[in-house]
Amino acid sequence: MSQTAFHHALLDATRPVPQNLTDGMGRPAGRRYAVYRNNVAVSLSEALATGFPATAALLGETNFARLSARFLRQHPPASPLLLQYGAGFPAFLDGIDGLGRLPFLSDIARLDLALRRAYHAADARPIAPEALAALDAETLPAARLHLAPAVQLLASRWPIVEIRAYALGERTAPPASAAQDVIVTRPGFDPLPLPLPAQGFAFAAALRSGMRLGDAVTQCGPGFDPAATLALLLANGAIAAIDTGGAE
Amino acid sequence: MSNKVKSAALMGAVAAALTMTAHVAQAQEKEKCFGVALAGQNDCAAGPGTTCAGTSKVDYQGNAWTLVDAGTCMEVELPAMMDGTERMGSLEALDRDLPQS
Repeated sequence: MSQTAFHHALLDATRPVPQNLTDGMGRPAGRRYAVYRNNVAVSLSEALATGFPATAALLGETNFARLSARFLRQHPPASPLLLQYGAGFPAFLDGIDGLGRLPFLSDIARLDLALRRAYHAADARPIAPEALAALDAETLPAARLHLAPAVQLLASRWPIVEIRAYALGERTAPPASAAQDVIVTRPGFDPLPLPLPAQGFAFAAALRSGMRLGDAVTQCGPGFDPAATLALLLANGAIAAIDTGGAE
Repeated sequence: MSNKVKSAALMGAVAAALTMTAHVAQAQEKEKCFGVALAGQNDCAAGPGTTCAGTSKVDYQGNAWTLVDAGTCMEVELPAMMDGTERMGSLEALDRDLPQS
C-alpha cells in the first residue's frame, strides 16, 4: 500500500478502495477509507463555500457545490493551512464554460479572496494623517509610503463592490454598470472593500511597488490629482509607515 | 512642469487629502463584546479552517463575542440572570453562561 495510491483514490471516488488497509486489530478497514474519502471532499467543499461567500451566493448552492467538487479534485490543498485554500479558484472559474451569464464571477471570487487575505494579514499601526502633512516640499515628493500588509488592490471591469454587496443582501439597489477598481483595507478587525477613485489603482500600485510619492503621481499622467486616493488611504488606515530615507 | 511646481501641487494635494479625511466614509471603530450574543449568533469572520462563528451554545454565552461599535459594549441591554443578578457585556471573556460540558 503506497501513499500515492492512498492519495489518488482519496480524490477520485470512482477508484476502488485501496487494498490491504487494516485497522488497529489487523482487520480490513475499507469502509473506514470510504468515510474518510467522503469527509475530505465535504470539508474542502465547505471551506470553499465559507471562503467565497459572495461567489457562492451568486451561483446558488447547487451550482457552487458542483463547481467546488470539480475544483477540489483538480486543485487539492498545497498547504495544510485550510484558511489559505482556494487561491486558484478565481482562475479556475475563468476556465469554466457556461458561466457567460455571470461574466464578473471570477472577479467577485478575487474580491472574496482579497478580503480573506486581508483578514489574515499581519497587524500594522497606521500613521496619523497629520504625519504626511508635516513633511516639507523637499521631503514629500521623495518619500515612500509603505502600505499596510492587509491592503489588497484589485482592478476590475465590473462594479464588483456593488455586485458583492448586492449578492450578500447588504444592498437592495441593483449595481450600476461602471467598472470599479477596489482597495481592501482593514482599519479595525474587519476587512473593508472600497472603490478607488479614477487612476487610484495605478497610484496605489505604484506606492506599493516602492515608488517615491512624486514619481507615483507623475506616472499617473499630467491631469492626475492624488488627493482623493490619499484621503481614502489615510482615512482607512492603509498607510503603515513613511520612509523619508535619503536620496539615492 | 518644473519640480518646484510639482512639489507645490503635491503639498496641495496632501493638504486637500487631509481635509477630505474628515469627510471620507470611515469605518466605525469596532470592539469585541463578550457575553451579549444569542446562541449561535456570535461573530468570527475568519473564513474556512476556523469554526468559531455561530457556534455559541447558549444565549449570552460568556466566552463568545460579537463586534459592536466601540464604546457601546457595556450599554447593550441584557435580561437579568436567573438569580436576578444583572447581566453586562464585557471586553474580556466571562465565565458566566457557559454551556454545560
